[in-house]
Amino acid sequence: MSFVEYGDTIKDGDTAIVFLGHESMFPVKVQHGTVTQTKYGVIRHSTDLIGKRYGSKVICSKGGWVFILHPTPELWTMNLPHRTQILYSTDISIITMMLELKPGSIVCESGTGSGSLSHALIRTVAPSGHLYTVEFHQQRAQKARDEFREHGVEHLVTVTNQDVCKNGFGVSNIADAVFLDIPSPWEAIGHAKSALKAEGGRICSFSPCIEQVQRTCLAMEEYGFTEINTLEILLRVYNVRTVSLQIPDLGKAAEDNSSTGLDSSNPSHQGNPCANLQQGTVQFKSGVPLREVVGHTGYLTFATKS
Amino acid sequence: AMEGGPGARIREGDCAVLKRDEVFKAVSVLRRRKIIFEKQWFYLDNAIGHIYGTTFEVTSGGNLQPKQEVEEATTDTKEAGTDNRNIVDDGKSQKLTHDDIKALKDKGIKGQEIVQQLIENSTTFRDKTEFAQDKYIKKKKKKYEAVITIVKPSTRILSTMYYAREPGKINHLRYDTLAQMLTLGNVHAGNKMIVMETCAGLVLGAVMERMGGYGSIIQMYPGGGPVRAATSCFGFPKPFFDNLHEFPLSKVQSLLSGTFTTETLPAEAEENALVEEESNGLSEEKQTSLQETEEPAPETLMEISPTEEQDTVDNNAEDVEFKENKEKENVREKQIKQWERRKKLKEAAALLREKNADGLIVASKFHPTPLLLSLLEFVAPSRPFVVYCQYKEPLLECYTKLRERGGVINLKLSETWLRNYQVLPDRSHPKLTMSGGGGYLLSGITVILEKGTSDSSSSEALKMEEPSSKRCKLQDLPC
Repeated sequence: MSFVEYGDTIKDGDTAIVFLGHESMFPVKVQHGTVTQTKYGVIRHSTDLIGKRYGSKVICSKGGWVFILHPTPELWTMNLPHRTQILYSTDISIITMMLELKPGSIVCESGTGSGSLSHALIRTVAPSGHLYTVEFHQQRAQKARDEFREHGVEHLVTVTNQDVCKNGFGVSNIADAVFLDIPSPWEAIGHAKSALKAEGGRICSFSPCIEQVQRTCLAMEEYGFTEINTLEILLRVYNVRTVSLQIPDLGKAAEDNSSTGLDSSNPSHQGNPCANLQQGTVQFKSGVPLREVVGHTGYLTFATKS
Repeated sequence: AMEGGPGARIREGDCAVLKRDEVFKAVSVLRRRKIIFEKQWFYLDNAIGHIYGTTFEVTSGGNLQPKQEVEEATTDTKEAGTDNRNIVDDGKSQKLTHDDIKALKDKGIKGQEIVQQLIENSTTFRDKTEFAQDKYIKKKKKKYEAVITIVKPSTRILSTMYYAREPGKINHLRYDTLAQMLTLGNVHAGNKMIVMETCAGLVLGAVMERMGGYGSIIQMYPGGGPVRAATSCFGFPKPFFDNLHEFPLSKVQSLLSGTFTTETLPAEAEENALVEEESNGLSEEKQTSLQETEEPAPETLMEISPTEEQDTVDNNAEDVEFKENKEKENVREKQIKQWERRKKLKEAAALLREKNADGLIVASKFHPTPLLLSLLEFVAPSRPFVVYCQYKEPLLECYTKLRERGGVINLKLSETWLRNYQVLPDRSHPKLTMSGGGGYLLSGITVILEKGTSDSSSSEALKMEEPSSKRCKLQDLPC
């Protein structure tokens, strides 16, 4: 296994995802002789994991079961240890497409943060591309290096511990794309421009506040970037539910059973076997929005160097 | 380093995209071929040899000329009003008449100068606020300054272009939804992907771009052949097609039940493509057949709106003997082609039979449930799948049926909203309009399906669904 190449069976040293149920999972480093505790009991790596196929159901000591999943950047994003606020897959997907990333792309990123976006970038540019990521926090930079090694992608990434606003990305004229997620991106636009290939490339900056966007756009314009475009993407998740609605009693039922005018009163209607006017309810499937959703992550500003 | 990266030069025969403001059009670069784009006509001849991303001006005679960056000549002290209390719309503020403007245009005067003249002849311009002046100039520039940028095709550009110009051909799949699909599906180099789409080949192209020629793709197609009109706009290098396979949907059941043979091929693509008029997209087979009947070139196939195109039909006198020879050739070619198709079909069948695909991407006009229930059989455990549908309701059913089937976890029904912003000093706000709908996605991960125990997983599904639906009842129906 690696984050850029699927493997079939679980091996010693792999990072696997233990899936307990809806939205409940955690990553585990597979090691001979190690055990992992879950609410369903113990998982013994040597006997329960190593040699099994990814996607297997594993019975834990108390009889409950979990699924063991192959890691992907998306699963990692949902489960990684937070060292900073992270970018989630919804933003990551539009960033990847709008930066036109593909195998072979050279990308610069700052800051590395918790490595959520980094893993996705590496996955996309592999096997022939490279990620240069800059993190000014020494401990975070080191933690990211360790993770990349554990995940089998260290050859695709260079982590530099410096201040991108002062010292830039440590490379020049080689990048196809630059991504910025720092508090003052406008101070790094000049460095971004020189990191990009002389022939051009794409840039993206992520900022939660509109004032940051404002300053960034001005800086981009000043440095000659074109196609400056700011957008925001929001995810709406729906729960699939069977909902019952009660039929109001208008005193008609006794008079005429079949004239309510509702679909469900039609006996030939196959889709609603549960509809039952006698009991006074109609059932249907609905995609119900979550009660509370993320309303804002950040503005994404894209531009082209040409 | 790569062919087609930034800095690549425009070559004859390339697939390129024309851009004017936010409007795109895919064309193929050919000499002496008239292009009509945004009410402008021109030839691409002079663009050949320039770097992608170059902006051109249309000059007289339809020639393109690289646009020099001009410093905005606004050295004169700016005069502007503070509000519009005294600006009256009497329809007489512009002293140039329509005829005057037409005369300027006919003289071949540069758009930039026309805009300058319009400003000078506007009696209200100086009284307008600075912001209103900006807006006025922008509007006039858009109308009179004919600049066109030629860009390299990419998923970003083509998916934006299709959504704006031909949403019906891609089932209203908005570009941010496509972006989600590629990420949720963990599409990357080295994968073995199954793609079932009726989006003119746009989704296929997006997957191919992300795989960069590494790994393999099996495209499942309805009818007589896969539609790849949008795929051809990407201008992929030839090797990208070496590991692109196709398999007819009508053979899926027989492949799963073990009765598959290549004895009966699906109806010839040529015939089928004619039936598929509406799709404007054309299988490779049809491209060839069109070339054989001496259609000018494949660019008619690439044009997103051929109606805009003024076809330059070459009326060659027809040489009868030449035609007869050609017909014999055609018969031979047909046989060879059929043999090749059979061979390719066997290869695709063998790949599917391994049942170890790394992912499944579905984006079609068909009901997703039967597609998913069958095609998931070919996917390895612990791999992602993503289904697109323009409507939410079929995905609700698909969700329920997948739960009953088992072998899938982490099912998620979602949609993305996309909001664009105007960012200008003191004038930042969301853009006036946003897209109302870009479709819905159902995604999940496969797991090993234990035959006979699928009941337990569906009871798990019910377990998960029940408490909340009860909650729904309580919330929604207090009684």
